[in-house]
Amino acid sequence: MSTTLSARKPGTSSSAGGRAGDAVFSGLSLAAGILIFAVLAAVALFLLLQALPTFTAPAAEITGGAGFFSYIGPLVVGTLIASVIALLIATPVGILVALYISHYAPARISTPVGYVIDLLAAIPSVIYGAWGATVLAPALVPLYTWLSEHAGFIPFFTGPASQTGKTMLTAGIVLAIMILPIITSMSREIFSQTPKLHEEAALALGATRWEMIRVSVLPFARPGIVSSIMLALGRALGETMAVALVLSSGPMIASLVKSGNQTIAAEIALNFPEAYGLRLSELIAAGLVLFLITLVVNMIARAIIARYKEFSGAN
Amino acid sequence: MLSKGKTVKLSHVGRSAAVLAIGALALTACGSDNPTGSAGGGSGEQSGVSGTLTGIGASSQQAAMTAWQNGFQSANSGATVQYSPDGSGAGRKAFLAGGANFAGSDAYLTEDEVSQAKQQCGDAGAMDLPVYVSPISVAFNLPGVKSLNLDAPTIAKIFKGEIKKWNADEIKKQNPDADLPDTAVTVVHRSDDSGTTENFTDYLSKAAPQDWTEEPAQAWPTKYAAENNKGTSGVVSTTSSTEGAVTYADSSAVGDLGTAAIKVGEKYVAHSADAAAKAVEVSKQVEGRGEHDMAIDIDRATTEAGAYPLVLISYHVVCSTYDSQETADLVKSFEKYVVSEDGQKAAADSAGSAPLSQSLRDEAKAAVESISAKG
Amino acid sequence: MSTSTQTSQPGPGVSPVRRSKLTRGQRPRWLVPVVGVVAVVAGAALAALVGFGIALWALFAAVIFLVVGPLAVGLIEGSRAGKDSLMTFLVYTAFVLAVIPLVSVIWTVLVNGVPGLTGNMLWTSMNGVTGLQDNTAGSSGEVVGGAYHAIVGTVSITFWATVMSVPVGLLTAIYLVEYSQGGWLGKAITFFVDVMTGIPSIVAGLFAAALFGMIFGPSTRTGFVAAVALTVLMIPTVVKNTEEMLRIVPNELREASYALGVRKWRTILKVVIPTAISGIASGVTLAIARVIGETAPLLVTAGFATAINWNSFSGWMTTLPTFIYYQIMNPTSPTNPDPSLQRAWAAALILIIIVMLLNLVARLIARAFAPKTAGR
Repeated sequence: MSTTLSARKPGTSSSAGGRAGDAVFSGLSLAAGILIFAVLAAVALFLLLQALPTFTAPAAEITGGAGFFSYIGPLVVGTLIASVIALLIATPVGILVALYISHYAPARISTPVGYVIDLLAAIPSVIYGAWGATVLAPALVPLYTWLSEHAGFIPFFTGPASQTGKTMLTAGIVLAIMILPIITSMSREIFSQTPKLHEEAALALGATRWEMIRVSVLPFARPGIVSSIMLALGRALGETMAVALVLSSGPMIASLVKSGNQTIAAEIALNFPEAYGLRLSELIAAGLVLFLITLVVNMIARAIIARYKEFSGAN
Repeated sequence: MLSKGKTVKLSHVGRSAAVLAIGALALTACGSDNPTGSAGGGSGEQSGVSGTLTGIGASSQQAAMTAWQNGFQSANSGATVQYSPDGSGAGRKAFLAGGANFAGSDAYLTEDEVSQAKQQCGDAGAMDLPVYVSPISVAFNLPGVKSLNLDAPTIAKIFKGEIKKWNADEIKKQNPDADLPDTAVTVVHRSDDSGTTENFTDYLSKAAPQDWTEEPAQAWPTKYAAENNKGTSGVVSTTSSTEGAVTYADSSAVGDLGTAAIKVGEKYVAHSADAAAKAVEVSKQVEGRGEHDMAIDIDRATTEAGAYPLVLISYHVVCSTYDSQETADLVKSFEKYVVSEDGQKAAADSAGSAPLSQSLRDEAKAAVESISAKG
Repeated sequence: MSTSTQTSQPGPGVSPVRRSKLTRGQRPRWLVPVVGVVAVVAGAALAALVGFGIALWALFAAVIFLVVGPLAVGLIEGSRAGKDSLMTFLVYTAFVLAVIPLVSVIWTVLVNGVPGLTGNMLWTSMNGVTGLQDNTAGSSGEVVGGAYHAIVGTVSITFWATVMSVPVGLLTAIYLVEYSQGGWLGKAITFFVDVMTGIPSIVAGLFAAALFGMIFGPSTRTGFVAAVALTVLMIPTVVKNTEEMLRIVPNELREASYALGVRKWRTILKVVIPTAISGIASGVTLAIARVIGETAPLLVTAGFATAINWNSFSGWMTTLPTFIYYQIMNPTSPTNPDPSLQRAWAAALILIIIVMLLNLVARLIARAFAPKTAGR
């Protein structure tokens, strides 16, 4: 029955009485949407104008002396490596923790835990950076040494391992810890909104707890999970200070246990204060590239969400 | 039922709002702008200037700037000096665009910038005043070794990664008495662009031209990339926590690390404020600039006894003429304080910098006196 | 919750050897603890073989437990129960895995921050504090100067950013969920909001600085410029969170409201938003949390102040993150950075406490407005 109702556009039929409130409200929300458009267009325009000199300058004058694309290439790779490591770790762990809070832990535990996780999103990245550089990196040195000795045949773990632990893998782990609260916090909120009836129906049919989660909770929450991952990815891609403090940067290499590689955001943050003229344009052009990466990543995510749309609760 | 629930819950909101309000009140009531407990405004009588002076620039001179702000403001109660340590490049850019009254910069204005400055400052242009001189140390972490004698080519080879062990022959030869361990050399350099890196690489390229062929630059050459960290405090902490690490950093910040005495002429000179000031004094000023411009090309290859040429000079870039008399007076009286003996001593006490020599102070003072209002 | 329906409740007092028909095919109560002990022992043995500390031991033990436990349960109770217990163990493992670094971060902040959390820190600014005071702090033990001005800056700038971004974000989300009906504009806005999440924070700062520089003259720096930069960063988080929360409000509620003749805007205000308010409040808190710790955009927009400034529209301001950043990067006294480090850690702790209070307030607000049966 609800399907027949929702097939009609609800707003049009019921607002026949007084349109003023509706008109004002819908006008306001439309204006807000357009404002966002305007801001984004302004940001994009700003980036383009400032970055322009980079593309017209002779290749030899760009940092590295071989043109913008060979300058930005390694940075793009570095950014992607760091984000992929972060997502690979944070996505499963974050979702499982969200499940723990919403469906496994007793209420006595889940409320404070959820609260603490929200707080963690607020710790400034400088602190994560300082923690990563002083606590985590030294703790990982023995692991890296072990990996490079025993798994050195895998390109990711070629030695000799860094003696400070400030490597790409450490940066990825720190990023994972930083984005974990984002994924968990949003997924938890959505998991706990799963219609109770769906869950109980599944259980009544004899499903185990995991089967219930698989057939009722996850399909319901899937678009929300993807959204939370996209938000988290946005933060991981654009994170500056934490990476700048944790990573011992250098030229592009495959090994994750040696110092090397660099991300776009950290490159901007590290070099911006002393940059002027063409160098400044270069850095802003790097920002533009980061912007484009997000654009592409989001297109992919949109496509994924569209495939699961039929499960959404609101249609 | 719903309405009842609502009133109950609304009292929650009321309570939290009350807590917030009380908190805000408490914040407003208790905040103090006088943490040092000094008698504010007591010495403000002879103040001839007032207003706000804005500076943007190098972070290297921030600690000194805090001392100058404090000293100047306590003598002139109506005046405020604000300084944002964004970086030299950002500072010069803001200054040239008119966004700051003066810039702090680790490098003097380029030819290009000199001509740009004429738009902002009038035909007399801008001038560079050396205000902050600090030796840069080659600092290392070797337990039991507090000092090493190193010549420029050896330093260059260490930082290029060609000398891999601390007991290498080159180091041993210059330090026959030192107990050198068989520890690997871990080079730590700055990951951010910085004036310190530029001065250090400039020193290497002038004092060891055969061994260091890279152009001096604010960024560490990617060819020699090694371990790195952000900022002076970053490289120092990485070096302190890694045995066998070596870095270059502002002398005031190296703490307990061992430092190198560098070879000047036939002698080895340890870093000190006096040696740094001496190196600046024997260096030549850049030719062909404005009458009062004091841009200095440090003579890195000097053989003058007792000079330590591995120094960083940070400048204040100011206009020769300002739009209003008020600003001109403010800049004049602030910079006069900065280059005075008192000002230089205040910086040395709180930031560990090397005070300017008498002759440079006098010259800078004359330059500052020439600042005037337009028209 | 669904614990009561778990099929794995072992019967009381049943010996594993002789079982009644009813409890056959259930794992004995001792199974999981025993597997745990075996995993720990075997893990220790394996770790000893490779010769590497506690971390590896824990890793081996966890892996063995995760493999053997579900296998055992699966053999006794069937594959479905095995899978269920695997997921249960995984969830708990993930939780422990996530908690370790997070606790470590908080512990680091507490250990380093609490000693610095003095009256000076909370109620005084850094006005007039120079390296001289820090150099003497070593002998007297008292660190003068504090973060009061930075607390003021953080509160004012975040306040303005929230005031600007929450209404815009909320209305945009409402447009997307309730009005756009899958139109091209709605799709475009959703897409570009996603793109906005990828703006590097420093770029947002540069953008705000350039915008105000164009209007009010070069290098215009006030708390408000910073608030605009933070708004650019905050809007997408608010929109995405709110959108998700509005989308999961059941359509039945809207339809019931329409059926009663309630107009659309009143339905949204009185039915849809209250139902989703808990999620929205949590989302807004998350968005505030996201920007309150921003450092990079503030460095180029808010200037650098050591004195107290309550006015966001004139004069420079310092916020807690920039305060932390500068205290670490450029210690007040380079020769004796310890007092600066102490201030930095204490400021980090203060920042976390502020967010904690904000979170609490958001929860109270959410509870006040949510209908009684909200959530499930």
